[in-house]
Amino acid sequence: MKKALLVTIVGAFILFQAPLASSEEKVSSLRGDHELDKPAKPIKRKKQKKSGDGIERNWKLQPPSIPHSVEKDRVNLKYNTCLKCHAKANAEKEKAPAVSDSHFVTRDMKVLEKLSPRRYFCRQCHTPQADVKPLVKNTFKSNDIELNNLLIEKTK
Amino acid sequence: MSQMKSPKRMAGFFIKGTLLTGIILGILFWGGFNWTLAMTNTEQFCISCHEMEENVYQELQETVHWSNRTGVRATCPDCHVPKDWTHKIIRKIQASNEIYHKLLGTIDTPEKFESKRLELALHEWKRMKDSDSRECRNCHNFGSMDLEKQEERSAERHDPHVWEVQDGKEPTKTCIDCHKGIAHNLPEGWEEAAKKAGLQD
Repeated sequence: MKKALLVTIVGAFILFQAPLASSEEKVSSLRGDHELDKPAKPIKRKKQKKSGDGIERNWKLQPPSIPHSVEKDRVNLKYNTCLKCHAKANAEKEKAPAVSDSHFVTRDMKVLEKLSPRRYFCRQCHTPQADVKPLVKNTFKSNDIELNNLLIEKTK
Repeated sequence: MSQMKSPKRMAGFFIKGTLLTGIILGILFWGGFNWTLAMTNTEQFCISCHEMEENVYQELQETVHWSNRTGVRATCPDCHVPKDWTHKIIRKIQASNEIYHKLLGTIDTPEKFESKRLELALHEWKRMKDSDSRECRNCHNFGSMDLEKQEERSAERHDPHVWEVQDGKEPTKTCIDCHKGIAHNLPEGWEEAAKKAGLQD
């Protein structure tokens, strides 16, 4: 009888104590050790990379990145303010790179007089850049040089 | 006879009465006039018409003249009504035409507004060009521009005009020549139309 009582007490102690002890451990969420009722940490802003000479491409056919501010630019059904400078007619005067010929071709290889609709939304491919650590590690290396060498060898 | 006032005294009363009434009426009318001018020169007045509130006021809210780094903002009359008295009165009289079109309902739906947008924009660009962008220059001045703080491209474009002003010459270009559609949406085909009207090179 005494033994049974002891087992019950010890058992109860273990059963009830175990969750109590674990609840005191700190659970670290994805949010970090930030209290729920505290205001969020300020966001670290990234400064946009700007340069007068453009940003170098990482591979030959990469759409060039945007080296200037674009917050005031609007692209919609009625107008596209990027074309104020980058349209062929304005590019020379504005000292801006003009939209390339490839942008006047439809997917059926029809050459249009106006910009092809599939190339109208500039920032689908051309994007502003910031100096940031990549979120995912990558080992990308351009093989342009190797390709070039291969071509040279083949033509020899 | 002693109860009748002498003609001389009557005349005195008359002159004093007229003067006093004149002064009071003057204060009332002039005050009322100024009050009306000031009242019709507020953004709240502008957007009391749905034509303004639903179209151009919404568009303004997406631009740098509404929200920016330093928290300075422009209201409708800052750009669309001249500050000095003469030009303000002239503009106000011209604007009475807007009441007529409000009654006609010329732009009372977004569709109607959109189809008139180019015409309305051309009017405003022409007004700005003719006044050498006076309302822009209430805040923006070539003389106070720090080109060092501008982006390379902007600085390059502003540079010749800053020097023109420095040399005491009239700048060869005015703000609106290049800065169109900075506070409201551009109309479709704006570039060709502006070039045709001599408002854009």
